[in-house]
Amino acid sequence: MPLPYSKKVIQHFNKPHNYGKMKNPDGIGEVGNMICGDLMKLYIKVNQNKKGQDIIKDIKFETFGCLAAIASSSMLTDLVKGKTLEEAVSFDRKEIVQELGGLPPIKIHCSVLAGDALIEAIHDYLTKNKKPIPEALNKRHQQLATEKEEIKKDHQVC
Amino acid sequence: MRRIYLDNSATTKIDKKVLEAMEPYLKEEFGNASSLHWFGQEAHNALSKARGRVADFLGCNFLEVYFTGSATVSDNLAILGIIKATQKRGITKPHVITSTIEHPAVLEPIKYLEKTGEVEATYLAVDKEGVVKIEDVERAIKENTVLVSIMYANNEIGTIQPIAQIGDWLKARNQKSEKKILFHTDAVQAANYLDCNVDKLGVDLLTLSGHKIYGPKGIGILYKRKGVEIEPVVFGGHQERGVAPGTENVAGIAGFGEAIEEIKNQELRIKNGEKIKKLRDKLIDGILKNISGTDLNGSREKRLPNNVNTSFKGVEGESILMALDQKGVAVSTGSACASGSLDPSHVLMALGVGVERAHSSIRFTLGKYNTESEINYVLKILPGIIERLRKISPLK
Repeated sequence: MPLPYSKKVIQHFNKPHNYGKMKNPDGIGEVGNMICGDLMKLYIKVNQNKKGQDIIKDIKFETFGCLAAIASSSMLTDLVKGKTLEEAVSFDRKEIVQELGGLPPIKIHCSVLAGDALIEAIHDYLTKNKKPIPEALNKRHQQLATEKEEIKKDHQVC
Repeated sequence: MRRIYLDNSATTKIDKKVLEAMEPYLKEEFGNASSLHWFGQEAHNALSKARGRVADFLGCNFLEVYFTGSATVSDNLAILGIIKATQKRGITKPHVITSTIEHPAVLEPIKYLEKTGEVEATYLAVDKEGVVKIEDVERAIKENTVLVSIMYANNEIGTIQPIAQIGDWLKARNQKSEKKILFHTDAVQAANYLDCNVDKLGVDLLTLSGHKIYGPKGIGILYKRKGVEIEPVVFGGHQERGVAPGTENVAGIAGFGEAIEEIKNQELRIKNGEKIKKLRDKLIDGILKNISGTDLNGSREKRLPNNVNTSFKGVEGESILMALDQKGVAVSTGSACASGSLDPSHVLMALGVGVERAHSSIRFTLGKYNTESEINYVLKILPGIIERLRKISPLK
């Protein structure tokens, strides 16, 4: 059943920004699963700004998913590129939906997924570089790991 | 922009002749078929004419045809109505056999009766071609089996089920036993292309839909063999001999009759079927040959002439559907994203092709109005769409 999508969503789906694999990324976030039909991979390159803060210098995504998932991934990369990691950690994923001009209710989870991919990519970067991980970030990371296990367990039959 | 409709298993464009046959009953001949006056009799005559046409198509008696509000209503009536009648005869927990690839209109009422503890049910698996094996039906029969419901052709992958063979076997078995097992088939997708003679099929109940055969929406048929006891599932009128009460949709029924008349024409039927099959084969071959990482879902041989269901490795179905939609091509998908549920198509999962292939599936269903130039257009734009989406995908 095709859903009513906004013009912006269609634009991002037709010409997504920042897609493709990144060479030598500093952090990778991988979320979603094949069982539900959504798979998102987010790559970040981290640099320091003049103040010495970590910033997202470059960001790329690869998504297997519906139109909303692809548009959400693309919008996320636009919204967080150039942000400091601190800003990115507290990034509100509702912004994705707002900037896209809304998503159908059953597709909101696509924007949640994109936000989670960012969390995972930052977590990966911080872990690799042995940097302190903010509590909220760590908590969501743990939650995602548990969810992954649960979905696997629930779908063992298929 | 060009608009190409390749979703004929969802619904079909109404035939001009059908629309013309309906028109009088939406205008001047608006009577209620139950009324005794002249207006009513005019409407009643329309019902009789259509009933006769359907009976002719199915090779059955006029009074064995019941008009309902949709094929879903017919399927529900067949299952719930037969089980109710069985319970009335004192069988407290009858057994029903169906398949894992049935339409929800059959699966859901059975699951409902299972939940309420009223029936026991067996869901037969299909082979990797998407076909039910007769031996499995035989093996599933129990002491308390009262009903077998297997679709004639599947709506998603177009695979044709061995209905006549199952019917033959059940007939032979019923002759030897005092406990008769009834046989229902949902022939909604098959009607355009396959023989629906109820005696040849050996069925006791059969479902048809108006809008899948170039007729109107909101009208279905349940064929019920004479002598088969059924209970109504809705109440409030005497219409359709009390089996399917409610004021008859006269225009819809007249349209159904006309639509049946069109598909009954053997010569036209073969001509249309062959033309559509040629286009289907062109589309299947074109996709499998020109796009890497593609698979056909379901049997190639035991398949309706109008069904193409392929998976595109690494690309999610709804994204393909939406990309095609923007180019004017209407298709459907078995992906979960498109259904609003978390699970992909139960039919594709039943084939055992795995979740990825299920999520990556696209169904193209052809009809009598499709042309070769339309298929050429699809084959021209599809590789580019798949290539573009694969570039975005993490699955290589």
